Amino acid sequence: METLANLYLGFGVALTPYTLFLAVVGCFLGTVIGALPGLGPANGVAILIPLAFSLGLDATQALVLMTSVYYGTMYGGRISSILLNIPGDEPAMMTTLDGFPMARHGRAADALMISGAASFVGSFLAIIGLVIMAPLLASIAYMFGPAEYFALYLLAFCTLGGVASKNQAKAAVAACIGLGIAMIGLDNSTGLPRYTGGNLHLMDGVNFLVAIVGLFAVSEVFVFIESHGSKSAIGVTIGRMMIPWRDLRATFPTMLRSTGIGFVAGVLPGAGASLGSFMAYMAEKSWAGKSGRFGKGDPRGVAAPEAGNNAAAGGAMVPMLTLGVPGSGTTAVMLALLMTLNITPGPLLFKEHADIVWGLIASMFIANIVLVVLNVPMVKLFVKVLLVPAWVLMPLVTMVSFVGIYSLTGSYFDLLLMTGFGVLGYFMRKLDVPTVPIILGILLGSFMEDALRRAMVISNGEWSYLFSSPIAIGLWIAAVGGFVAPLFLRGVLKKPPLPDTEALED
Amino acid sequence: MINSDRIFGLVVVLGALAFFAGALQIQISFLSDPLGPRVFPILIAAAALLCGLTILWKPDAEPEWPGLRNWLAMAVALVVLVAYAYALAPLGFIVPTALAAGVISYQISPRAGPAALTGACLSGGLFVVFKYGLGLGLVAWPKALFG
Repeated sequence: METLANLYLGFGVALTPYTLFLAVVGCFLGTVIGALPGLGPANGVAILIPLAFSLGLDATQALVLMTSVYYGTMYGGRISSILLNIPGDEPAMMTTLDGFPMARHGRAADALMISGAASFVGSFLAIIGLVIMAPLLASIAYMFGPAEYFALYLLAFCTLGGVASKNQAKAAVAACIGLGIAMIGLDNSTGLPRYTGGNLHLMDGVNFLVAIVGLFAVSEVFVFIESHGSKSAIGVTIGRMMIPWRDLRATFPTMLRSTGIGFVAGVLPGAGASLGSFMAYMAEKSWAGKSGRFGKGDPRGVAAPEAGNNAAAGGAMVPMLTLGVPGSGTTAVMLALLMTLNITPGPLLFKEHADIVWGLIASMFIANIVLVVLNVPMVKLFVKVLLVPAWVLMPLVTMVSFVGIYSLTGSYFDLLLMTGFGVLGYFMRKLDVPTVPIILGILLGSFMEDALRRAMVISNGEWSYLFSSPIAIGLWIAAVGGFVAPLFLRGVLKKPPLPDTEALED
Repeated sequence: MINSDRIFGLVVVLGALAFFAGALQIQISFLSDPLGPRVFPILIAAAALLCGLTILWKPDAEPEWPGLRNWLAMAVALVVLVAYAYALAPLGFIVPTALAAGVISYQISPRAGPAALTGACLSGGLFVVFKYGLGLGLVAWPKALFG
């Protein structure tokens, strides 16, 4: 009952005419950004965060706007996955497997409708899961001391490195780069500078928004220059939009199953949305057995990853809000958003900022409903967005990134730093080094160090204190397991390749 | 041809050593906790060193690097972005944005007409949106000209 009362409070905060207006704007912008080929949730939200702050919105309004953008990009992302075979981000990749073949067989409209419905079911149920689970986890999180937190941060890096990447060493290097960057600036407890090289601009440390926009958006410019935009739109047409009731009814059980799988995958810290959509797809494929035409345009192959992906996105909010540990690139960006609003996620958040947490949850519900309402009549308009050529899109993205960061910090030095992160991001991409651990490292670096140092203060320098409680030991075991296990599972859990655009031309 | 991952591994190893050396330079205050400000950076350096050696030992397959022309195009874009960062404050929004957007557009699709048009339209359009739509405090023209 308390939960319902809280939810009522949340809707009271989030349901004013102005915030509703922001939700509609956010959903619209988000869908457009998500539909743009090559832009996904993480970079879409990243470019807009600095702008949202320069608008002088208060915490709730900013959260409503950005949550709407976040969900919007997830909805929009499936449009470019299905019609162009270009996933906006890693989780959307699984949608292309059956979505693109469906579009090739002249069922693009149906595929869009099914994936939209699946997204809605997945995220809506996941938010209900979040409402139930988050307060529970928050009450457990009260038992966490610094030793447990240190192990938890380690677990996040390990699972992210272990599950989400092909090469553990490279993921770990990325985490180290991020943690190293987090060390720059004044030391929290002694107030003395570290790694600033005497540069006054670095005394405050590296702003994580500068790093995020650089790594996610500016690096994209270099990738596009290299490919000369050859990945951009080809002529796309879709027929009359009809709601395919029969397919929707047939795929509904798939959506429910995939939502369950996706939610569980999302709750695991560090695992996140890619794992959610991947496992949902694979599970559905083996569930269907011989009756499925997976990979050749089976509607269930569109419904499963979309429901899984969106459910995982909701699930990933659970560890992010209660423990401050994001489960994916996009939740890392959402964490950055909260931290810029001076809100530190964690168990205390539920007590001290109940209005903000429940306002955020309410805005997630609102965003999803707005999106469904917006998407059914306007999908044709969103499809037009695919025709924006890369040579207009990329300059636009660059300029919005620069103006966003500039209006936030007002410093040319941050713009240079952002460009530097863009170059770094390009090389990381080429060398197959994941960039999300860098972001996570920058975001969590000082928390992780604080946890370690406070643990050492408590134990007076005795290292065995880190392994002194059952929760801590469990987290350490999970961390080591999460990092090592994928080495052995890699042969078993092989990702299917993207459908070949050429081969399906006929 | 040396494998790119071996170069990357070497860079990581050298970076880790430099980070370690940097950690030893951190001033220690007399008022400190048992751990102090040096230990955590040293742990990071150690982890990075280990990973760097692993990458050196087992490099991945060689990625597909762009050809000379594309390197050149990316270098031009980089120079333009750096120049843009320096120019934005003294020269106002409109001129640097038009130039930077135009050049980047040209690097992606080398046709002068559309690129110039893209630059001009983006610069003007974004200025109107940012200044009047979002109310950001942008300066349109060089400060020196209009005081």
